[in-house]
Amino acid sequence: MPKLTVNGIEVEVEDGATILQACEEAGFEIPRFCYHERLSIAGNCRMCLVDMERAPKPVASCAMPAGDGMVIDTQSDRVKKAREGVMEFLLVNHPLDCPICDQGGECDLQDQAMGYGHDSSRYVENKRAVDEKHMGPLIKTVMTRCIHCTRCVRFATEVAGVPELGAIGRGENMEITTYLEKTLASELSANVIDLCPVGALTSRPYAFVARPWELTKVESIDVMDAQGSNIRVDARASQVMRIMPRLNEAVNEEWISDKARYAHDGLRRQRLDTPYVRNKEGRLEKASWDDAFAAIAGQLKKAKAAGTAAIIGDQVDAETIFAMKSLMDKIGSVHMDCRQDGAKLSAKARASYLFNSTIEGCDDADAILIVGSNPRIEAPVMNARIRRNHLLNDVAIAHIGEAADLTYPVSHLGDEIAVLDEIAAGTHPFAKTLAEAKKPMIILGMGALRRADGAAILGRAKQIADDTGMVASDWNGFNVLHVAASRVAGLDLGFVPGKGGYDVDGIVKHAEAGEIKLLWLLGADEVPTAGLDKTFVVYQGHHGDKGASVADVILPGAAYTEKDGTYVNFEGRVQRAQRATFAPGDAKDDWAILRAFSAVINKTLPFDSFEALREAMIEAVPHLGDVDDITPAKWVKFGGAGKLQSGTVPAALDQFYMTCPISRASETMAECLKAAREDATLQAAE
Amino acid sequence: MSIDKLIAEDQPASFAFTEENEAEIVKILAKYPEDKKASAVMPLLDLAQRQHQNWIPMKAIEEIANRLGMAEIRVLEVASFYTMYNLKPVGEFFLQACTTTPCMLRGSDDMMRCIKDRYDIASGETSDCGRFTLLEVECLGACVNAPILQVNDDFYEDLDYETTGKLLDSLEAGTPLPVGSVKGRQGSESEQGATSLTALKAEAEKV
Repeated sequence: MPKLTVNGIEVEVEDGATILQACEEAGFEIPRFCYHERLSIAGNCRMCLVDMERAPKPVASCAMPAGDGMVIDTQSDRVKKAREGVMEFLLVNHPLDCPICDQGGECDLQDQAMGYGHDSSRYVENKRAVDEKHMGPLIKTVMTRCIHCTRCVRFATEVAGVPELGAIGRGENMEITTYLEKTLASELSANVIDLCPVGALTSRPYAFVARPWELTKVESIDVMDAQGSNIRVDARASQVMRIMPRLNEAVNEEWISDKARYAHDGLRRQRLDTPYVRNKEGRLEKASWDDAFAAIAGQLKKAKAAGTAAIIGDQVDAETIFAMKSLMDKIGSVHMDCRQDGAKLSAKARASYLFNSTIEGCDDADAILIVGSNPRIEAPVMNARIRRNHLLNDVAIAHIGEAADLTYPVSHLGDEIAVLDEIAAGTHPFAKTLAEAKKPMIILGMGALRRADGAAILGRAKQIADDTGMVASDWNGFNVLHVAASRVAGLDLGFVPGKGGYDVDGIVKHAEAGEIKLLWLLGADEVPTAGLDKTFVVYQGHHGDKGASVADVILPGAAYTEKDGTYVNFEGRVQRAQRATFAPGDAKDDWAILRAFSAVINKTLPFDSFEALREAMIEAVPHLGDVDDITPAKWVKFGGAGKLQSGTVPAALDQFYMTCPISRASETMAECLKAAREDATLQAAE
Repeated sequence: MSIDKLIAEDQPASFAFTEENEAEIVKILAKYPEDKKASAVMPLLDLAQRQHQNWIPMKAIEEIANRLGMAEIRVLEVASFYTMYNLKPVGEFFLQACTTTPCMLRGSDDMMRCIKDRYDIASGETSDCGRFTLLEVECLGACVNAPILQVNDDFYEDLDYETTGKLLDSLEAGTPLPVGSVKGRQGSESEQGATSLTALKAEAEKV
């Protein structure tokens, strides 16, 4: 632990810390462009120069390890002059186009030129001009503004794991580009926009849309995947203008996936903004809330409790799930399910459906078995953590399921589920690797759990966890990777079939048979809708997607940016999203719709405000009140026995970009998918 | 310079190393540990360039990236960084003229003027006959015999306007002048012959 003096203040820093970190520790800000905490050190911008005693010239503090007894001065005249000099050089070739630059107002170069630069320019020659580069539908480039900090190159290579960005040429002719200007093929690509300290890489969908100071910023939670990335929703009036990541070391660090960032334009299209009721000709017709409720109440009388069922979708908040469950309890129906993909998970043992190692645990694992999951597209931000663990510690990672490039090398054990049996029996060599590891980990994906023998697979995974010592006092290596943001909350709240109740398959089957006469789809769009024409379907949600197309009554609800709500991510972390904008037209908060309907059928739910609902929910399931916290699950008995059926493990998602009603309505996501598919065909052709 | 200005417009559809070069590659790779084989990128680029009329097509870059387990962009970064690699076709005689300070002081401007007068080409251009390509480069490291003109792999030294013309004549005729100083001096010895330590030499011969 070296001790050094910064501007007369003595600080002690960890071994291996840099002078820059020591200066920050002492409370002095060091300007920088190329240095970034989460990337390797490049030391090429020279903005962080500081004076060191006995050094003949200023040293780059970002690249110089702090040593014992160093005396650092960050306020000397020489440092001031050095910063001014570096700033002047950086501005030599930087255009003066701040008024038309999207980075304006949140630009490191702008801020640091103000803080550390000269007041005027002495440069009178021509500035260089650089052609724009194509980097796909998300990243807009104005390469003349580039100052060659290479943060984007390092991010793509180190964090995203797609070494496609690079700097070609040299000296004044150096340019950042992708190889032959291909689209940057990463689910995390748009993070380079946040990393870029200038306006060289800006957001294409957000180009010339708004200035940062015009936006109201609301802290919220992403629901595009089940990781619960922390986001900030920037809105102007009634529209979400952009979504940015928020720092949370335990969840998403400071990255978010492209889908989390850009699917929000889907919030403006295909919206349900007024109730609809299907008329006698079979057409959906606009209706009032009263008419819509009356139609449902009429059907409820015919269907009775035994003929009523409800299915929860993938992006519903916990409060709404609780309200729906309360309503179903009041009606007396037991046919409800939150696992609309048919995953064979049970709500009984919490440890059986959580990512018990937690996301941070991905940093510590020393052997990982991935079964029926592609973390790269199911939880891209967490996948970057696994990749980092691989890079730092060279962990053994094995994969059972559809072969895919996970951005790190894995030993692909095939896509036959029989391999899992071999590992459980201990005959497979990887069983030994797991047993020898100190912190082994199994990640069980929906691809495996959706199979008909999913319960038995869950049991086998538990057996592997027990046999290889995955569960200890301070470590639980048993993990289920969900793809739906609402799933864990749904299971926590017990939104599963009651005694004698049907699960999703059962509900659909009995709806076809005409036994389920009223089916309430609460944001559920992934249910097989083909056989639902005999049933009276209520669709409550925000998008005119698959569910709404078969509905007899449509109740317009609010999307995730338009309501307060609690979400529980796959590791069991309780997080709260906040309203950034209002739902369009007549659409209402989902809990309020259910509360209003309960009054129509004289089974009034016992909460009159959102706060009362939240309180009631926390009373029912106390850990949902521990915000930003994980309540560890007890390791108990769970999982089915029985033989595994032979066959392959399918992928949980067939592609990354369009997986939910919002992203399916998003033009940006459609463009991304198209670009990704075009690149794939091009590659196949070669 | 954007990528399409940097690389040739007409790219061959494929690239494969010749059998001889394959044998050479085996030798080159043997110099580096398996996990550091990316170090072989420069010799391999050089091989590819020599095999392919003194310029490197993109297919060769992809081939090299494949062999060395590197990302394609990493190989392109190297190939575009060094002036010794050509990413566009060049003439039969690739002239690299040094114009850094010592050469400039010793008259590299005259040498450049001679080339310009004969072929009307500036740095980066190829003559109308297609045989000569000129590139202005930084220090070639032979300042003692400045100015220098590198013709493909060979250094021609001590040039002026006239001798540059003679050199180009000889290249055109297919009978190139002997490599080295056009004034005929050996290495970087003084033009007047040895001027110091002469006695020492005589003594050494006695012993």
